[in-house]
Parts: sequence; structure tokens; C-alpha cells
Amino acid sequence: MITLSNVTKVYRAASGHVTAVDHVNLHIAEGEIFGIIGYSGAGKSSLIRLLNGLEKPTSGEVIVDGKNMEKISGKQLRQARQQIGMIFQHFNLLWSRTVRENIAFPLEIAGVPKEERMQRVDELIQLVGLQGRENAYPSQLSGGQKQRVGIARALANNPKVLLCDEATSALDPQTTDSILDLLVDINKRLGLTIVLITHEMHVIRKICDRVAVMENGKIVEMGEVLHVFRKPEQPITKRFVQQVTEPEETKEAMLHLLERYPNGQVVQLTFVGEAAEQPLITQLIRQFNLNVNILQGKISQTHHGSYGVLFIHLDGANEEIERALAFIRQQEVEVEVLANVE
Amino acid sequence: MWNELFPNVVWDKIWAATMETLYMTAVSVVATFVLGILLGLLLFLTSKGNIWENRLVNGAIASFVNIFRSIPFIILIILLIPFTKLVVGTILGANAALPALIIGAAPFYARMVEIALREIDKGVIEAAKAMGATTSTIIWKVLLPEALPALVSGITVTAIALVGYTAMAGVVGAGGLGNLAYLEGFQRNNNDVTFVATVLILVIVFIIQFIGDFVTSKIDKR
Repeated sequence: MITLSNVTKVYRAASGHVTAVDHVNLHIAEGEIFGIIGYSGAGKSSLIRLLNGLEKPTSGEVIVDGKNMEKISGKQLRQARQQIGMIFQHFNLLWSRTVRENIAFPLEIAGVPKEERMQRVDELIQLVGLQGRENAYPSQLSGGQKQRVGIARALANNPKVLLCDEATSALDPQTTDSILDLLVDINKRLGLTIVLITHEMHVIRKICDRVAVMENGKIVEMGEVLHVFRKPEQPITKRFVQQVTEPEETKEAMLHLLERYPNGQVVQLTFVGEAAEQPLITQLIRQFNLNVNILQGKISQTHHGSYGVLFIHLDGANEEIERALAFIRQQEVEVEVLANVE
Repeated sequence: MWNELFPNVVWDKIWAATMETLYMTAVSVVATFVLGILLGLLLFLTSKGNIWENRLVNGAIASFVNIFRSIPFIILIILLIPFTKLVVGTILGANAALPALIIGAAPFYARMVEIALREIDKGVIEAAKAMGATTSTIIWKVLLPEALPALVSGITVTAIALVGYTAMAGVVGAGGLGNLAYLEGFQRNNNDVTFVATVLILVIVFIIQFIGDFVTSKIDKR
């Protein structure tokens, strides 16, 4: 659905050239929810704007739904854009229009006759769950409701692609989750390809099929979300994964625990998918002559299954611990010995 | 009672002068509104980072606006006498005041329009572009409606300034309440005429301000 080949975007600034997007290659399949994560200034805003021609690449090729976005202009470009919806961090609604009129706006642009327009607006209001707020003005809506209007507006012309520019970054956690649920629902129901950029790993974890990590304009790591969670390679990716798996206080807690358990070993287990649902600890206790002490654990749900981190303390004879670790490794569980305090 | 309080006031003349002032104000406000929005839009659209970015056109309009905004109105009227004669055919009466009023006020209003347009969130324009809107759609359905409250409060301020301008134009022969106050009031030392003319101008200003505030509050949904 979307292919970027060797795309570079350079901005000329007074202080010299800034390379916002640096030789990016990317392929996004139809119906996929693809996330791009990076800190601010990583180039993800420029990247997403290349997809609907709001920015033109300095070099390289951007193909969306078979159209060369860097080559077309004028009417062709405007028609292509009607097939690519976009939602924004700050919603960008017209405050002079009601909810209904805001959603009707892209239909007016596309030249849909009035009666059809009204019918379509009603469908969209149903779809995003804004019944009863049709005639409210944006200033009377909450952040989550505003983003729902943004989503309805983006979907009005039945686009094939939806671009989300930090769509949940201005929302509180609960509202973020409800908007993400809505996006997944739309993706399933309409078979829409969704490309989103964010700095929150939570968003990636919750809805994305694949993720690309961006740093200094380059994509440094890319893959299935579950895989990236299990085996993050780049330091930046590890930091993003920690956003979700390890709360800030974990490190301190671990240090404290290592002091408290001078014998044996503290081990971090990482479970992915089905492994997360096996009774591993029970098996450990039954099969090995060990004391198993659960220190801390967390299970996160990703779009493609669960992902868990468990910290346990194993106490017993050294060979027994080694045997136990070997057993755990056979269960498709990642093991990391945190420290040997003996 | 009225005749005792204002012995020198001829009410028919007052009425005629009020009508002339209202006529000059109304026509010049409408023309200023249209011309100012046109100039303001051009200023905005040709500025840096906008749809029609063009330094040359922007610079030309900006200098035109700045020059005519800086000339004191009373001097502008005199400077424009040949132009007025050419366009209107006379330099006396209410119609003769219109070219100077419009040329004096439109650049002033154009700057206000430009400021109002700059206040619009860039993201909203970007969203319209992302939807595939043409430039004319962006102008008519995004820029003007989103800036409307600021455009209305701007034209209110301009209209009040124009009432003042009509009084000045009156002094050099354009008719209206200013003309009456100057000729019948000041020059003949009839203070009651000056007073009545002043009160009427104040009433007109208050009414314009009231209408402007009312309309702005009605259309402002922010």
C-alpha cells in the first residue's frame, strides 16, 4: 500500500542544512497498523507528511496506493489526498463549524451532494460514537470527543490510508485508550491501513502490528511489535521498550532486592505469546530443589498477544540453579541473570 | 423646550447632515471591508511560508499599505483632490469624500485583516490541505470563516475611525455633521449647533460599537 524507497528530506535553514529524513526505506502492507516511534526531532513528523504530499522529498520515491506522491501535483494530488485521511495531535478542527459541519467539510471538498453528505455524516457520527453531540461546537467538546470528530472527518471520503500524527499525545491515558480502541475497530471493520507516529511505546504496544524506530532521520530498527519487545537491539529501542515493561521505580526496587537476597540469583524472565500463559513457576518448584521467590512481575497486552516480564529469585545449590535456567530457556522464555551476589 | 435650549439649531439641517454622515460612513465601510479583506488576504497569502509566497508582491502591497496608512487623513484628502475630481467629477459633497475615506481606511483595515488571518492555527490550514482542498476553498471555507469575529471587530474599529474621518472631510466641504459643526457651529460661534452635532456623532459611534460587539459575540464560537 505504501512504499518509500531511499527517501531523504533536507530542510534549508539559516544555520545550514537539516536532514529530517535520511535514506528511509519502508514498505507498509494493506490493512496494517504501522507505528513509527521516535523522540521529538527524530523526523517522524516530516516522514508522515511525505505520505500525503504535504512535504515533498528531496530525493527518493514515495508511493501510496500506486501513486507517486512526489511527482503528482494540482488536481491529481488533491484527489489522491482525499484517499488519505489524517488526524492530528491538536485535532485542527474548524471552531466556526459544528461537529456535523466539521465532518461534512471533506465531503464538501470532494463535491458530494448535500443530501448524500448529510447521510454520510450521520453514519460517521454513529461510527465514532458522537451521537447527541452533532450540533455542538468544538469548544464545547472534551479532548477525546474532539479527536473523535477528527477521526470521523478523516474517514469521511472512505480513504484507504489513515495517517495519525501524534493523535493521542494531547489526551489523558484513559481517553488515549478509548481512541486507540476506536482506531483498531476502524482498522478491522474498514480494512484501513493506519500509519501512526508517536513517542509513546504504550500506543505501539496496544495497537500496532509492526513498528519502526526512528532516530536522527534514520530508521534504526523495524519489525513485528512482539519481536521488537522481546529482542530490542538498539539502545534507543531498549529505552522505548522499558517505557512499557519497567516502570521508573523498577531499577531501584531491583537494587534493593539484590541486597536483601545475598544468596542465589535474581533472574529476569521475558515471556512472549503463549509462553506467557504456561505454568512455568509451578514446574520449576516441582522439578527442581529450589526456593522460588517471585519479586515483581508485569504482563502487557500487545495487539498480537501478551508479553510479560517476571523477576524471580532462585535460591539453592548452584548446579540446581543452572539446571533450572537451562530448563527455562527450553520453554521459549528469555532469561537474563541480573546479578550473582554470592 | 428644544428651541429654547438650542436657539440656533435648525433641525431639518441637522437631519440632512446626519443622513449625509451616515451615507458616507456606510458606503466607505462597505468598500473598506471588501477592499481591506482583499488586500489583507493578499498580504497574508503572499507572506513567507504561505500558499502564494511571493516576496515581490508582498513587498509591493506592504509598501502601498504602509504609505497610505501613514499619511494624515486631512492631508490625504487634499492630495487626492485631482483623483477625486477625475473619479467623482466634483470635490464637493458626500460622494466627493468617498475616495479619500476608502483609500485612507482600507490599508488600515487590511493590516487588521492580515493580523486576524495570522491568528488562525496553521494546523487548521494544514488539515484542509491534507483533505485535498483547493486554495479558493481554503480562503472561503477556512480562512474567512475562522477569522470572522476578528474581521468584524476590526471593521467596527475602522468604522468608528471612519465616522471621525467623515467629520474631517466635512471641514473641507464634504457635508455631514462635521461640516455642520464647523460652518454653522464654530465659524458662526453657535456653540449649541456644535454640541448637537457632537452628541449625534457620539450616538452614531456608540451604535456602531454596540452592533459590532453584538455580532462578534454571536459569531464567536471559540
